[in-house]
Amino acid sequence: MLTRLLNNRNFLGLLFMLPLAALLLVFLTYPLGLGTWLGFTDAKIGRAGRWVGLENFEYLVGDPVAQLSLFNTLFYTIAASIVKFVLGLWLAILLNRHIPLKSLVRAVVLLPFIVPTALSAIAFWWLYDAQFSVLSWTLTRMGLIDRYIDFLGDPWNARFSAVAANIWRGVPFVAICLLAGLQTISPSYYEAASLDGATPWQQFRFVTLPLLTPIIAVVMTFSVLFTFTDFQLIYVLTRGGPLNATHLMATLSFQRAISGGSLGEGAALATLMIPFLLAAIMFSYFGLQRRAWQQGGGDK
Amino acid sequence: MSHTDRRKFLATTATVAAGAATGTLFAPEAFAQAAFSAKPETGAKLRVLRWKRFVAGDEEVWMANVKKFSEKFGVEVRVDNEGWEDVRPKAAVAANVGSGPDIVVGWFDDPHQYPDKLVDVSDVANYLGGKYGGWYDVCRKYGTREGKWIAVPLGVIGNAIVYRDSQVKAAGFDGIPKDTAGFLKLMQALKAKGTPGGFALGKAVGDGNNWAHWLLWSHGGKMVDEKGNVILNSPETVASLEYAKQLYETFVPGTLSWLDPSNNKAFLDGQVSLTGNGISVYYAAKNSPDPRLKELVADIQHARFPIGPVGKPTELMQVTQMFLFKYSKFPNAAKALLAFMMEAEQYNPWLQASIGYTSQPLKAFESNPIWTVDPKHTVYRDGAKIMLDHGHAGPLGYSSAAAMADYIVLDMIAEAASGSKSPKEAAERAHKRAERYYKV
Repeated sequence: MLTRLLNNRNFLGLLFMLPLAALLLVFLTYPLGLGTWLGFTDAKIGRAGRWVGLENFEYLVGDPVAQLSLFNTLFYTIAASIVKFVLGLWLAILLNRHIPLKSLVRAVVLLPFIVPTALSAIAFWWLYDAQFSVLSWTLTRMGLIDRYIDFLGDPWNARFSAVAANIWRGVPFVAICLLAGLQTISPSYYEAASLDGATPWQQFRFVTLPLLTPIIAVVMTFSVLFTFTDFQLIYVLTRGGPLNATHLMATLSFQRAISGGSLGEGAALATLMIPFLLAAIMFSYFGLQRRAWQQGGGDK
Repeated sequence: MSHTDRRKFLATTATVAAGAATGTLFAPEAFAQAAFSAKPETGAKLRVLRWKRFVAGDEEVWMANVKKFSEKFGVEVRVDNEGWEDVRPKAAVAANVGSGPDIVVGWFDDPHQYPDKLVDVSDVANYLGGKYGGWYDVCRKYGTREGKWIAVPLGVIGNAIVYRDSQVKAAGFDGIPKDTAGFLKLMQALKAKGTPGGFALGKAVGDGNNWAHWLLWSHGGKMVDEKGNVILNSPETVASLEYAKQLYETFVPGTLSWLDPSNNKAFLDGQVSLTGNGISVYYAAKNSPDPRLKELVADIQHARFPIGPVGKPTELMQVTQMFLFKYSKFPNAAKALLAFMMEAEQYNPWLQASIGYTSQPLKAFESNPIWTVDPKHTVYRDGAKIMLDHGHAGPLGYSSAAAMADYIVLDMIAEAASGSKSPKEAAERAHKRAERYYKV
């Protein structure tokens, strides 16, 4: 009986998938399910909660701090992702050319991505310091400004500063992935295009971009997910200040759930991030992977 | 028959009453002679979780004291250190799952979040209170619940105004004014002289919360009344916010972004003439090899925060407490350790090694030499004596902890001070947020 089962392809397939399925179940499905469930309770750290239905969500929707954090998160994600994409693509195209010391330059480009975020965030914290910023210092010495820039003390300055730090960290990831994509494009396409008299811009628009779209879809999905759920950078730079202007949903969720002990509310806030993340994934899955787009045309 | 009965009855009651009287009157005296009596279980082993030291001497002496305890009672003690902000969630989880360290050295109202999981340590606390001049009122509030001690207060991380004497003098003031009105004038004068002060308005857990609560309370504003009803949106609160607005105009730029270390850095660099902080700024200057900082040492002075219209001190500082979980297999050994660490032979050297960073919860330790060896230490002696608890004037528990962790008061003051919201609006918004946590 057992021998027969073990000779059955389907059964064997299931058996081999079991460990992975168990891993996914224990380390992904269960925590996610538990987190979502906690969002519907009034659990505190150290006290099991009781079911309160949508109460947490109702409160958060009306809570000005939570609303602000949603706005901040969207702004942070959209602004940083667009710039990361443009800069990343640009950098990838540059790196794809024949430049001296190519592999060394490529390795150097990856550095910001390799440095642990907590450490690079501390460096940015000093760069943005209200009293010690080397940026402000240089600009005052050059006579361009007469007082230090309040990078993290003014709501909009702080948002832009945080976005800039995130871009610095995120560009290498985008660039290197797109570079890998660029290298899969066969040079014969470019030869054919130039024989037909295509300008460099036309080559980019009708050869590079369409063939790169699948990679762009994957890379940007990841980039958006990472940015949307960013925590470390903000926690080191501002902890959500000034006036909660840089509080992301992830940092506010931590502040409420762990520091404040309101596990249920924090979980609810984290759960509220899921629809946005799903939307980002759906967009890339159904949109960017469309054959029509990849072939350089629009929807007909 | 009935007559004798009554006489007998009277006699008995008299004896009982006398006994009770002697008991209450002389018990502390009797205790004072003997050491705490809990006998550790044989083969006991203890695990202690405490916050990671702020000054090196603290940990050295603490561990030496623990070693002395182990040798004296034959109890093995393991001490784990965690970053000070990580102790709170870890202790809460230990309470929830019913296993973990026997003793936690935690913060603020931690014990009030799971009082039923903690061992009643009234015997230890009463013994120590009787022997060492009694607990300060604020320590009693932090340590007790419904008349029972659920924690033994270990100390208070002191906070005070730190200022540059020469710059305050140059602004025309001899020291820090004792009242908020005079203090505003000083801050304005400092600003006019080009040597402004500043207090943290970013998410500074310690420095930010400390001065923000002082400001609110100094004008009579309170988050809740004695019963825990939210009364934050009051004329007193608005008055404190108006004051905050005027004060903020005198600050050095950038205070909205300040986290805990920011004011230390700015002060030591000579960019801020006055701020609120622990004794760490002074020690950083004193222990620095940098000659520029050495020069600063003589100029650094400490003072109490000024008193507002309420007419009494209204400061907030960090209270740290030791508590013992019911799941501990060796409660007597743990109690013995709690008492041992607080005995003068151990506590005095520890307090001294903490160089004024920590101050005492028991009145007798006011006479510790650390407070007089350097006159600049003395201000930090009176932490527990003058401070209020962060849940003031309401009860301690989940609500008070969550409200402070969500920076409700600090956000309100930052909003009003920076002018991003009017004082009235800021008070209304904070009131709504506070109601969320105090609704239970």
